[in-house]
Amino acid sequence: MADMINANDIRTKYLRDGMLPTIFCNGCGHGNAIDYTFWAIEELGIDTKDIALASGIGCSSRIPGYVNADGLHTTHGRAIAFATGTKAANPDLNVIVFTGDGDCTGIGGNHFIHAARRNIDMTVILLNNFIYGMTGGQLAPTAPMGSIATTAPYGNIEQAFNISELAAALGAAYVARWPVFYPYQPIKSIKEGLSTEGFALIELMSPCPTAYGRRNKLGKIDVLWNWYEDNTILIEDYKKIMTYGTDDEKVAVMDKLQIGVFQQESKKGFFEEYWKMVEMLMERDDAKHKEVSK
Amino acid sequence: MKYERDPERIRRVLGNKIQFIQGDMAVAYGGLLAGVSFFGGYPITPASEVAEGMARLLPRCGGCFIQMEDEIASIAAVIGAAWGGAKAMTATSGPGFSLMMENYGYAVMTETPCVIANVQRTGPSTGQPTLGAQGDMMQVRWGSHGDMEAIALAPSTVQESLDMTIQSFNLSEKYRHPVCLMTDGEVGHLREKVVIPDEDEMEIFDRVTATADRETFLPFAESPTNGSKVPDFPTFGTGYRTYVTGLTHNEKGFPRTDKQPDHERLVMRIITKITDDREEMMDVEEIALEDADIAFVTYGASARPAESAVALAREKGLKVGMLRLKLVWPFPRDLITELSKKVNTIIVPEMNLGQIYHVIKEFAVDDCDIICAPKIGGEMHLPLELLEIVEGC
Amino acid sequence: MKKDIRICGFGGQGVILSGFIIGKAACVFHTFNAVQSQSYGPEARGGAARSEVIVSDEKIGYPRPTGVDVYVAIAQEAFNTYQDDLREDAIIIIDPDLVPNHDIGRPIYKVQVQKIAEDLGNKIVTNIAMIGAISGIYDLIPKEAMLNAVVDSVPKRFTDLNIKAFERGYEAGKNAKPE
Repeated sequence: MADMINANDIRTKYLRDGMLPTIFCNGCGHGNAIDYTFWAIEELGIDTKDIALASGIGCSSRIPGYVNADGLHTTHGRAIAFATGTKAANPDLNVIVFTGDGDCTGIGGNHFIHAARRNIDMTVILLNNFIYGMTGGQLAPTAPMGSIATTAPYGNIEQAFNISELAAALGAAYVARWPVFYPYQPIKSIKEGLSTEGFALIELMSPCPTAYGRRNKLGKIDVLWNWYEDNTILIEDYKKIMTYGTDDEKVAVMDKLQIGVFQQESKKGFFEEYWKMVEMLMERDDAKHKEVSK
Repeated sequence: MKYERDPERIRRVLGNKIQFIQGDMAVAYGGLLAGVSFFGGYPITPASEVAEGMARLLPRCGGCFIQMEDEIASIAAVIGAAWGGAKAMTATSGPGFSLMMENYGYAVMTETPCVIANVQRTGPSTGQPTLGAQGDMMQVRWGSHGDMEAIALAPSTVQESLDMTIQSFNLSEKYRHPVCLMTDGEVGHLREKVVIPDEDEMEIFDRVTATADRETFLPFAESPTNGSKVPDFPTFGTGYRTYVTGLTHNEKGFPRTDKQPDHERLVMRIITKITDDREEMMDVEEIALEDADIAFVTYGASARPAESAVALAREKGLKVGMLRLKLVWPFPRDLITELSKKVNTIIVPEMNLGQIYHVIKEFAVDDCDIICAPKIGGEMHLPLELLEIVEGC
Repeated sequence: MKKDIRICGFGGQGVILSGFIIGKAACVFHTFNAVQSQSYGPEARGGAARSEVIVSDEKIGYPRPTGVDVYVAIAQEAFNTYQDDLREDAIIIIDPDLVPNHDIGRPIYKVQVQKIAEDLGNKIVTNIAMIGAISGIYDLIPKEAMLNAVVDSVPKRFTDLNIKAFERGYEAGKNAKPE
């Protein structure tokens, strides 16, 4: 039972021995994401023996190192493609990908698109911190307009990548976005993602005071965390205002990032369809073989 | 559902024991016979027929075929599948092989068994897509960044395309290394007779999987089972909870990226686990070398006109032989040194401007003449062209 | 013994299949070795196309023809394009309806294979009638092996049609004289 276990037990149970301390900076949200994932796994009662993690390159991609489960720390942007193979080889594995905004929406964008389109059975936990943190603060595809990065020193003039909306448009079975400073909603979404057949994206907005905050007048942890409070809006509220609100109200929320569950569909994942086809083909061959043997 | 290799079913799916098929299809057949359970690929001439064969036959053998979004994803999925316990392969050609280079290195560093069939064409760039060449013989050795060894085979016939795909899997499983089958557009598209081996006519080597105590097992150390430099394989899902990273890592698999000895120890083990067995692995064919003054040293499609040229030269009373490298990497350096002491001249026909030529030059003794015999443009050498070079010696 | 055979036509006439069937007949249904190659690229999708087979009772090294011993054409453009390297004594077989301009000052076997196919009600078996004709004219591979290879290579529901096309082509080939 979930209420029988405390945070310390969770850490002892799920953290990999010998890998601490983590590489994460003070005020980074990635530790929360790990914690939420542990709680989701615990509450669902999944044995970590049956979990295969995959990640690419970047801060968030170091997470499989800290989790006491099988994990592939792969090349930049490719984790989802690696994970597709792992799931194909062993359908019993619960495949979770940890990735960042640069890893997933920049260099790995195409793999993300096709895994979502194919509805591959995996849960992608995307830690979006608007920046390339590990390499020292270069511009990310998800960076807000006007934000400063080492490679956008005069302010970002590109539109930000709205990856959750893209995933929903591609037909992913489950899509949710939450800032990491709400604990319960992310845990619930990770649980829902892990229980979903097909492709699940949980985009967690994770602050990066070191590489993003410092350059964008959000260096103080509380200021940065407050920024999320001010710049996000629940999907339901957004829709309400856009339908019934005044023009001023609409303008006020127009540029805010929507948070919540974007999509939750019950449909067959890629591999369920695939193995059904294989079974059908093998049965057909067997029947033909019996016929000939007679 | 989980794949289980069923020899009888595989042979039923493949059909008649004797067939007249293309080299590419023979690669697919070889993979299926070896027990491939995952194929990830992306269309590219002249390799697409391998994927097409797999798409048609692999599901009927109980395995999984996925046409990935590109070659980078293909090799990535193959490596991911290997860790899930699969024998996995992909097939591509020059441009796709170039795209695979980063993850090829990842497979080397993480000691992942898998097979890449490269139906070579020429370059630079898109080059001549429909025609054969041997454009990647150096890329397979040096194309990924950093220090590594390669295992690469080069079939000359359709039957060898089948046999060597099985051999590639055996080597990859034995050494936990990505093995490249360096076929080419010429052999890949030829049709010839193949005989599908019966189960007792072929050898299958499966990776040694970890059986040691889960608490103390070291996934990147010498095997506790047989003392080999090749670690036992802790298949995902079997409770070993292994962390696999392309970063320099210690024996536990944990990143250790800032100390010189850690890196040297790891890299030297993953190189010497292969080079220690250079002699054992060596696979060559010798033709009329006993009394030869002149020897062709070649591989793959180029060996075919060379063999014809040997026959023509012998008819004229010229003492010419051929050494055909079936396994090109790791390079049989001692054999080349020995040969260069026996013959006056070594001629190296290749469908490139001279790649393996340089390696032969490196290991031949100084007083043996090494002649580079390049041919580019998508055509093999004519036997008469090679005879002319012999006559000019 | 080593014979280089070239069959040419335009893409879609089944010349690739023809080469494939002859190669299969030689090495699957008979004891010879065979190598078959073909031209790829745009020409395989319309335009002149060719399929080449080397048949030998020994191991085949160089896998492409170095000359042509048997030259078969079922399209004018292909006939004109691929005749450069015919050997002195090459056997030339054409369908005169499909290759009307064929006077190159050499003896030629003329078999109306397309007409045979049309008489059978389906032009698609023109290539199979031509394989029959080749078999009737040039006794390189036993007829039975050729017929077996045909049956093995065509869709089951068209077996009878193809056997008929082969047999009629074979008879016509037997009766053909080089002129």
